Amino acid sequence: MAGFKKKESREMPEMNTSSLPDLIFTILFFFMIVTTMREVTLQVKLTVPQGTELEKLEKKSAVSYIYVGPPTDALRAQMGSSTRIQLNDRYAEPREVMDFVAQERQGMANQAEQVISIKADSKTQMGIITDIKEVLRKSWALRINYSATRRQ
Amino acid sequence: MAKKKKKMPGLNTSSTADISFMLLIFFLVTTSMDTDTGLARRLPQPPDKEQEDAQIDVKERNVLNVKINSNGRMWCSDGTGSGELDIKLLRNRAKDFIQNPNDLSSLPEKAAVEIDLLGQCYITKNHVISVQTDRGTPYDVYFQVQNELVAAYNELRNDLSKAKFGRPYDALNNEQQVAVRAYYPQKISEAEPKNYGGTN
Repeated sequence: MAGFKKKESREMPEMNTSSLPDLIFTILFFFMIVTTMREVTLQVKLTVPQGTELEKLEKKSAVSYIYVGPPTDALRAQMGSSTRIQLNDRYAEPREVMDFVAQERQGMANQAEQVISIKADSKTQMGIITDIKEVLRKSWALRINYSATRRQ
Repeated sequence: MAKKKKKMPGLNTSSTADISFMLLIFFLVTTSMDTDTGLARRLPQPPDKEQEDAQIDVKERNVLNVKINSNGRMWCSDGTGSGELDIKLLRNRAKDFIQNPNDLSSLPEKAAVEIDLLGQCYITKNHVISVQTDRGTPYDVYFQVQNELVAAYNELRNDLSKAKFGRPYDALNNEQQVAVRAYYPQKISEAEPKNYGGTN
């Protein structure tokens, strides 16, 4: 066998690393594709409730988020500490949800699959949630999702 | 002396790996792989006048009333009785209510229904679980109540799936899931909020 003849050379041949960048690039592209950067900065403080019967939100493109909670510490001085609704990048009143839903719906490929995810702080009172739900009903956005984390 | 070399020296690419590593680490850090989870619910259609007239026609034994007041305390009433209920007991109460295993006259009435794959079934098809909240009810309590009710349905569906098809509900094919859903239809209604027992 040819391999046994050169027993004198003890040195390890250097590993060829020329394909290493390609490898890293592949991983890089993978992460670039799966990354969804959060497009809104949260202006409300929220800890979602914990539950056991949760479902995953698939089809992220069909999901719109409504954030509910007290303003963050930085904004508390101006906005007070009462519970607010955040749509996109600003505070809103419950009735503005209707426009928001319609607007979000327009940009969607499959409008029937629209899901509204309500991310509400667990200390919120139901009044504001009920107002939102009523408006959602009126604007025919019937599939909703109460955002929560899994209880261990 | 150096001018003798006519060949272009090859570009040193040994740092390409480092650069792409840095990019990789940036994306690794900013990526949020965790998918959002939540409790999926379906809102009823917006009310119209014809519906409002038809709504009255629900027998008392078919309704399980769950009321949560502004202090987050829960009252539960159906044909078997009413009173304050701990949230941990709600799941079993709801399961009994949905199933009516002993065909009691105080729990929802059963009717024969023909379901594909399951044949003639004797189910409580007209039962309704009504959740009523106050404007001051903590969202967390409301969420836990919803969670328990959905859990009750899920457990019942799972039991049925295992008994009939030998597999949990999630592992069934589409047709079988439809059949199981028809056997235990999810009927959680949400009444308009009332302002009882508390301030806003």
